[in-house]
Amino acid sequence: MKNLFITTIVSSFLLFTAIVANADEALEKGFFIAERSDKTDRGFGSQRAFLTMTLTTRSGQSTTREMQIDTLEKFEEGSGDWSITQFFSPPDVEGTALLSQAKILESDNQWLFLPGLNRVKRISSSNKSGPFVGSEFAFEDLTANELGKYDYRYIETKMIDGMEMDILECTPRYERSGYSRLLCYFDTDIYQSRKIEFFDRGGQKLKTLTLENYNQYEDKYWRASFQRMVNHLTGKSTVLAFENYEFGVELSRLDFEPEALERL
Amino acid sequence: MVDASIRTTHSIAIEQRFFIDDPQWPSQFNSTQISGVLSSDITYRSRDRKMRTEFTPYLRLDERDAGRSYFDIREASVSYRLKDWEILGGISQIFWGVNESRNPVDIINQFDTVEDIDEEEKLGQPLIRVSHRSHWGTIEAYYLPYFRERRFASQEGRLRFPFEINESARFERNGDNTAGDIALRYSKRFGDFDLGLHAFQGTSRNPFFLFEQGGTATPVYQALRQAGLDVQYTKGPWLLKAEIVSAEITSHFWSIVSGFEYTFFNIKQSNIDIGLIGEYLFDNRDQMVDPINIFDDDFFLGTRITLNDVQDTEFLAGIIVDDNTGGTQGSVEFQRRIGNRILLELEARFFDDSGDALLSAFETDDVLQARVTFYF
Repeated sequence: MKNLFITTIVSSFLLFTAIVANADEALEKGFFIAERSDKTDRGFGSQRAFLTMTLTTRSGQSTTREMQIDTLEKFEEGSGDWSITQFFSPPDVEGTALLSQAKILESDNQWLFLPGLNRVKRISSSNKSGPFVGSEFAFEDLTANELGKYDYRYIETKMIDGMEMDILECTPRYERSGYSRLLCYFDTDIYQSRKIEFFDRGGQKLKTLTLENYNQYEDKYWRASFQRMVNHLTGKSTVLAFENYEFGVELSRLDFEPEALERL
Repeated sequence: MVDASIRTTHSIAIEQRFFIDDPQWPSQFNSTQISGVLSSDITYRSRDRKMRTEFTPYLRLDERDAGRSYFDIREASVSYRLKDWEILGGISQIFWGVNESRNPVDIINQFDTVEDIDEEEKLGQPLIRVSHRSHWGTIEAYYLPYFRERRFASQEGRLRFPFEINESARFERNGDNTAGDIALRYSKRFGDFDLGLHAFQGTSRNPFFLFEQGGTATPVYQALRQAGLDVQYTKGPWLLKAEIVSAEITSHFWSIVSGFEYTFFNIKQSNIDIGLIGEYLFDNRDQMVDPINIFDDDFFLGTRITLNDVQDTEFLAGIIVDDNTGGTQGSVEFQRRIGNRILLELEARFFDDSGDALLSAFETDDVLQARVTFYF
């Protein structure tokens, strides 16, 4: 009887440590996969992309926004990439620009340029879960691939549509996220993000982002030229179609300061 | 891949105003007023993005008010960048400041007060600016060779002063509008703080009215020296702001606007943001000898509601109340895009003078306004 009791305790303990060890292992493996993907992108320096954003309602009505995004790679730990997004259409917002100095866990620094007033305005960036210019992309989705924003837990590897994918559960580590968790799909060939499923605070599947048509630039950096975000609750969707990526653009940190916005 | 680029947008707008009350002053029109506005924006950028030129002509034709029919060049400038230096020349629009109700530090351009009395629209200002950017901040030096006089509504127009304004203004410096102004500005970001400092020596954009025999008034543009500071602290949903100006025209005075903006983001996952704005406006000039500023001891309360939808729908409402007289003015604005090329703007503006001598000129000028802009 006594032996059984001790055996039970010992085996429970072993089982528990095994679970903990497994959990640790799953987290380690998850981080390894996320970091492996992040490494394929390091060293790009600066880039410029032209894209068309198409917003479609459930009934199929659509509007488009054309924009250019200049990006400067992060240059220190804890920082994210810096970017300037310029809008070319619709015509009433032409010339509007958003400067974002992203951080990993803290609030970003953001400035908005309003062309009607020629005014540069620092804005609050605590609206992480809010929509980016009326689209299905939340502000926090735009930097979803910054390493360190989540706890990454490895779930499984499986074939999806003829492609082998690592699936991770990503839990936001920053405040004010609109999500309880994300399911992130990375392919095991070129280690790029292929799909992200977003779950709201109530645990319900809210949105799915798919990334397609990856092309390699500078013999190194992979970029998807087509991204589609579908909102499962509203039926609305947003498509980003990238016309072109340009690397090695002559941009410095001074080009990502608020004073630079009024003369873009 | 990037070539030199030219971007061109033209717009035509129809604006309909409706004044609710009968006019207060002789020869003012009653009820409705239609305006048409034609504008273009042409921007050229060189291939290496070092040179940029912008041209923005602006034409307004008004049915009732000759003072509101005019042509202006809002922008006709060339800028060239060489490393950390930039030179800008031509006619341009410069904005300084952080507040929502008024910007006492915003001194470069003349306000276009016939376009709107809210001091947001400006006339193009001829200038040369040399700026230098570094990690120490940005320094800008301005020379403004030519002074732009303020435009006023005609005797037939609404939202005008009770007296007739003489066509020919007087200038304290040089006797004409070519005395030239100079300005310096330094701006820098320190973490959550955005700071601007400036100094200005030249002519006041805001005229003093000298009353002549017969009751007409002559705008007198006086010499102005001022120095000021604008600062914003941004933390979470809070923006804390201050603009402080120390100025000397005939007397020395302080002009200060300071307040906050707090935003409730994405309320109940509706995508809607609601911002609350509160500002205090102070100005202790001697109005007997210096240009009028009615915001001497006033509170501004406002709200901005942004739907964050595909049509970029936005509401803006605010009132300014004089702490001494109780004189109140307020406005409600709404804007929404229709389709891809049409912008609808609705605006209501009201005045309640409560015995405020300065506000009483506009007492019967409560107005509803609709504007439809078509871009092509």
